[in-house]
Amino acid sequence: MGSVPQKLNIQVKTPDASEIRERDLLRRVQGGETQLFYELIKPYERRIYTTAFAILRNEAEAEDAAQEAVLKAFTHIGQFRAEARFSTWLTQIAVNEALMRRRKAHTEIMEPIGEREEEDGTYTPRDFADWREIPSEVLEKKEIRQKLASALATLAEKYRQVFVLRDIQHLSIEDTAEALGISRAAVKTRLLRARLMLRDLLAPGLGGAWFNRLPFEKGTKPW
Amino acid sequence: MVVNCEHVWREVSNYLEGEVDPVLRVAMEEHFKGCKHCTAVLNGTRNVVQLYGDERLLEVPVGFSQRLQHRLAQQTAPSRWRGIRPIWMMAIAATTLVIGGLALGSATVFRQPELRSQLAQSPHGIPPDLIVYVSDDSRVFHAPGCKYLHKKDDEPPKQMSASAAMRQGYVPCVRCLRQYLTADTECPRPPGSVSRWAMKREDKLNQPGF
Repeated sequence: MGSVPQKLNIQVKTPDASEIRERDLLRRVQGGETQLFYELIKPYERRIYTTAFAILRNEAEAEDAAQEAVLKAFTHIGQFRAEARFSTWLTQIAVNEALMRRRKAHTEIMEPIGEREEEDGTYTPRDFADWREIPSEVLEKKEIRQKLASALATLAEKYRQVFVLRDIQHLSIEDTAEALGISRAAVKTRLLRARLMLRDLLAPGLGGAWFNRLPFEKGTKPW
Repeated sequence: MVVNCEHVWREVSNYLEGEVDPVLRVAMEEHFKGCKHCTAVLNGTRNVVQLYGDERLLEVPVGFSQRLQHRLAQQTAPSRWRGIRPIWMMAIAATTLVIGGLALGSATVFRQPELRSQLAQSPHGIPPDLIVYVSDDSRVFHAPGCKYLHKKDDEPPKQMSASAAMRQGYVPCVRCLRQYLTADTECPRPPGSVSRWAMKREDKLNQPGF
């Protein structure tokens, strides 16, 4: 009997069109076609800005930090190697730039919540109000968006960073860990606490009395 | 497997991520059926993820892209190669510096500066037995008949050979012995010179009273 070729069930991830285009752009920029650099980073503009904003919590500073991060990426594009994702590399630069500015400016407006809590401690929800499904149309209201942004701003930086990268930027757990230079386990722990803290803030419901608790002040947190 | 509320709170985020093992997932789902608090926590946490995951929540400022492009263009316009291959740029700069430094060094260290005084130039080709005259108040020796020879009534000039004069530290007159210092000659050559110009001048020198 002749041998029957066995079907190997190996799944190889094939790059999609955007990844192929990104690789091509990257190769050309590194080869000297620097005019293509903006095209390369354009898909990540928003991510760079919101990452900086998550740390600095100030629009003007975040924009300046984002611009500086892009310029640094341009300066060091020749050093980028394909071991990491380009988007993660960019995010790392934005995180570092924002953190550096924050350290310089000492722009801590108020003591963020949860800063001194132990990461391995169990977080106990403070509010068990049932939060029903919220239609996405509520985000059309600028006031609601501002309330959500204010709630996010009250989180301690380490929780806010993880939450922004994972739940707003939609980075994977691994990429978030790599961008922030922390372990995968730390990402998951911080993400859990960030989500539960935000839930406690927002759970009482849209249009309810819970909005009156914003903006939060030091010592008046529900946890 | 049975889980309590605290266990559920610890795992609710992983549950939403789909990162709990099947056994724990089933146990949590059983718990949610009978626990209103944990169900509220689950729904609320899911709503948080859904709301904040919406791109409309955090918007970039109006004009952000344009300002970014402008800044990028400003930064990159002066040199398109800034930031690209810095090692090559540094290598070129270093090579230029080395070559420039060597050229400057050879010009200032290894090369003799041009002599300003003809008296300081080294004579060459002076016949050693050429008869020259020197005076006591000068360190210059002259060809016979040179008008620049210092003459004193009480001390006539001393006669000696050119080689002896040079050994004693005398230097040739830049006028009458100029041909031994430079190619240009405007002064009379000493006798014995093969120059046609010098031959003519020799007749003059031999005239009485010169």
